[in-house]
Amino acid sequence: MKLTLKIWRQKNSSDKGGFATYPVDHVSKDMSFLEMLDVLNEELTEKGEDPVHFDHDCREGICGMCSLYINGKPHGPLQTTTCQLHMRSFNDGETITIEPWRAKAFPVVKDLVVDREAFDRIIQAGGYVNVNTGGVPDANEIPVAKTIADLAMDAAQCIGCGACVAACKNASAMLFTSAKVSQLALLPQGQVERKTRAEKMVAQMDAEGFGACTNTGACEAECPKGISITNIARMNREYFSAVMSSDNV
Amino acid sequence: MAEKWTKHKFNSKLVNPANKRKYDVIVVGTGLAGASAAASLAELGYNVKAFTFHDSPRRAHSIAAQGGINAAKNYQNDGDSIFRLFYDTIKGGDYRAREANVYRLAEVSVKIIDQCVAQGVPFAREYGGLLANRSFGGAQVSRTFYARGQTGQQLLLGAYSALSRQVATGKVRLYPRTEMMDVVMIDGHARGIVTRNLITGAVETHAAHAVLLCTGGYGNVFFLSTNAMGCNVTAAWRAHKRGAYFANPCFTQIHPTCIPVSGDHQSKLTLMSESLRNDGRVWVPATKENAEKLRKGQIKVSDLKEEDRDYFLERKYPSFGNLVPRDVASRNAKYVCDEGRGVNETGEAVFLDFRDAIKRDGKQVIEQKYGNLFDMYKQITGEDPYEVPMMIYPAVHYTMGGLWVDYNLMTTIPGLYSLGEANFSDHGANRLGASALMQGLADGYFVVPYTIGDYLAQTPPKKVDESHPEFAKVAQEVKARINRLLTINGKKTVDHFHKKLGKIMWNHCGMARTAEGLKQAKAEIQELRKEFWADVKVLGTNEELNLSLEKAHRVADFLELGELMVDDALNRDESCGGHFREEYQTPEGEALRDDENFAYVAAWKYMGEGQAEELNKEPLVFENVKLTQRSYK
Ligand SMILES: Cc1cc2nc3c(=O)[nH]c(=O)nc-3n(C[C@H](O)[C@H](O)[C@H](O)COP(=O)(O)OP(=O)(O)OC[C@H]3O[C@@H](n4cnc5c(N)ncnc54)[C@H](O)[C@@H]3O)c2cc1C
Ligand code: SF4
Ligand code: FES
Repeated sequence: MKLTLKIWRQKNSSDKGGFATYPVDHVSKDMSFLEMLDVLNEELTEKGEDPVHFDHDCREGICGMCSLYINGKPHGPLQTTTCQLHMRSFNDGETITIEPWRAKAFPVVKDLVVDREAFDRIIQAGGYVNVNTGGVPDANEIPVAKTIADLAMDAAQCIGCGACVAACKNASAMLFTSAKVSQLALLPQGQVERKTRAEKMVAQMDAEGFGACTNTGACEAECPKGISITNIARMNREYFSAVMSSDNV
Repeated sequence: MAEKWTKHKFNSKLVNPANKRKYDVIVVGTGLAGASAAASLAELGYNVKAFTFHDSPRRAHSIAAQGGINAAKNYQNDGDSIFRLFYDTIKGGDYRAREANVYRLAEVSVKIIDQCVAQGVPFAREYGGLLANRSFGGAQVSRTFYARGQTGQQLLLGAYSALSRQVATGKVRLYPRTEMMDVVMIDGHARGIVTRNLITGAVETHAAHAVLLCTGGYGNVFFLSTNAMGCNVTAAWRAHKRGAYFANPCFTQIHPTCIPVSGDHQSKLTLMSESLRNDGRVWVPATKENAEKLRKGQIKVSDLKEEDRDYFLERKYPSFGNLVPRDVASRNAKYVCDEGRGVNETGEAVFLDFRDAIKRDGKQVIEQKYGNLFDMYKQITGEDPYEVPMMIYPAVHYTMGGLWVDYNLMTTIPGLYSLGEANFSDHGANRLGASALMQGLADGYFVVPYTIGDYLAQTPPKKVDESHPEFAKVAQEVKARINRLLTINGKKTVDHFHKKLGKIMWNHCGMARTAEGLKQAKAEIQELRKEFWADVKVLGTNEELNLSLEKAHRVADFLELGELMVDDALNRDESCGGHFREEYQTPEGEALRDDENFAYVAAWKYMGEGQAEELNKEPLVFENVKLTQRSYK
């Protein structure tokens, strides 16, 4: 296959940035999207041009490190991560536009690399159960109905990639935040701190500059892990019952 | 042995609670081992600085573990016990691990599950609400806990949540996108590290009373492996060059169930969880002729009748069948492919077939168990494993070798500890499935929080001073090396060298090794290393995010490690576990150990640039198990 790549290049966070165009040939259908970029980078390096910087690590669709806004869609045309996208999803001769995630809370670091530490700070605000190591009960003393455990696992599968934010016109982080809130609200282990958790995590989300949710569902449609927007509804319930009843925050 | 850990804990010195806040501890790496250690130490009151080259601890490669985590809970009432888990692990490791360490691992395994459940890790459940188990290779009991096909993800997110909680309290300071470049030693003790900020390039120094390296495995020395792209040996290797012994470097694990290589562009190999071998049957055509027709597309899989198929693992190992340990499964796949019975275009693949399981249990049950793995397989290969058998081939997966540590997990450098895959401790010459997650979390949650106290209690709590000249000196050395890499201005990319090294390692120090091949590999690596330092091309500057510079550092270290692996493999004139020397095998082609001469840990000491490393032997004494020829027949 031969392709034309229109890629966002930006030297650092203060640079204005802009698109550069690169033709690539010898692309095979079995290559992953990132392997196609590897090939481009080898060519650029050989020519003495700075390779295109992008985030990636596991290349198995689980670490959440890869990103890329491909032809106007986070992680490209399929509902999967960019590293799991293969060139058989594109046509010979196509032009592919590649941009970084665009959101105020995810500043560009270089080229296609963005800073997603805001997500870590949301988790730090309350995405855990307050237990120390040791001194916990035997695992089977906390039975969990299979249906509940399965629902919690559905929510817990979030990989923290940020595609939901990139897909949302308001750059809202509701899907990400609600996935963690839901997991812990569903499980018995999360009950004790249920009230404060939703409040604190939502407050941090707002403080980071993520936008509000206007229920367009774009996040769910693009989430590579199929995180459902029912989690957002659950978080809203958690949040409102918390602010109604707690004296916290 | 059974009381050793309890007694040892009792005899260890303690740091009094009020004094803990006077001690600073550096934790490098925030995967399962590092995140669990950092969180637990902070909970105890120590001041922790945690470093990761990733943008977040949640990205560590622990996240990719699929299958599960072992624990001797005996929830299934099928005869499991701490001793049985200990025994299986020692035997699975082909009697090349320390008894006491492995026993401790089995002992604390039960607490890990309790801890993770308390954190809200959503393990799989039975309808009654209690925890579910599955079985894994090398065991005849069902003791593996799992969270769908994403056990590592859920355990890491659990440890990450504990860590995040401590970051919020201020007891842990987190340094993401920061790579450790060297260890700083003062008066023979590890007292800090030098790091590079990956965004700004700033070279910085950090002081502490103890340093923990939890930096994962070095499987990427083979270029292609199931490891993530960033996995590397740099932290461990720099510590090695400062005096920490490196143990059993040649013990690498080749995993039998990976998606085969598809072409030259391949950047990594994807693992299909071992748990698939519970229901999938491994086979190749019984004859070379049929295999060839299959490869050429002249016949289809469905044309092969039952008698045309050779379920070679079930045939050779009737009692363990498809669940033999990884090294045995891998080697047998290699044999049938070497015989010309491989099934994909390259001839390097065997089938893993779910036809019978789907017939027996229904598609829905199989989908429940392995849905995400099947999806991933389809995504990558374009084929649907519900319809046609999967194709798999062995790939480098795990490194049993690593920094030598004592029972306290301390390296030969006082004050420097190593946890998780980065150390050599518990798996001997072969790791059983679902035991690495167990070891990483055992080290971090339940071992180091006790053992570090013994060292710190004997260390004055006075702040370690970063103005000590040793810090500036090491920082200067790090900067000089960065400069050197940036100014070679050669013609070949970093990946060019990495791929070449990978080929040498795979061909000569992979699934099967010979003295002759290893000698050739040694010469080739030395040559390649010379070429690297003369002709590598690293663009850009230090003062920016520079992926080629990051990678150049790592590949430079792999080029040194590779040679030590070869030396170690050459030294070990026996076959054991993942180390298979063709010269040493039984008439049936099984690994032939030499317990008389090689029941030891090979701990290598760095002797300086261009010098041969010095071999130190730690004898392995077995008092509780009888050494036998491993048999899974
Ligand atoms: C695909 C796959 C599947 C697996 N499945 C299973 C399974 O089912 N069951 C099982 O028990 N085991 C499994 N394993 C093995 C297991 O996942 C790993 O051995 C284990 O998770 C390693 O944990 P760790 O904490 O030691 O290292 P890692 O999780 O690799 O963490 C390393 C950390 O060190 C950091 N780091 C490294 N170098 C530096 C440096 N120089 N400076 C700063 N930071 C650094 C990284 O950023 C990271 O935070 C699997 C492994 C793979 C590859
Ligand atoms: S909710 Fe989905 S899209 Fe958003 S961070 Fe999680 S996995 Fe990514
Ligand atoms: S690189 Fe890990 S999810 Fe894509």
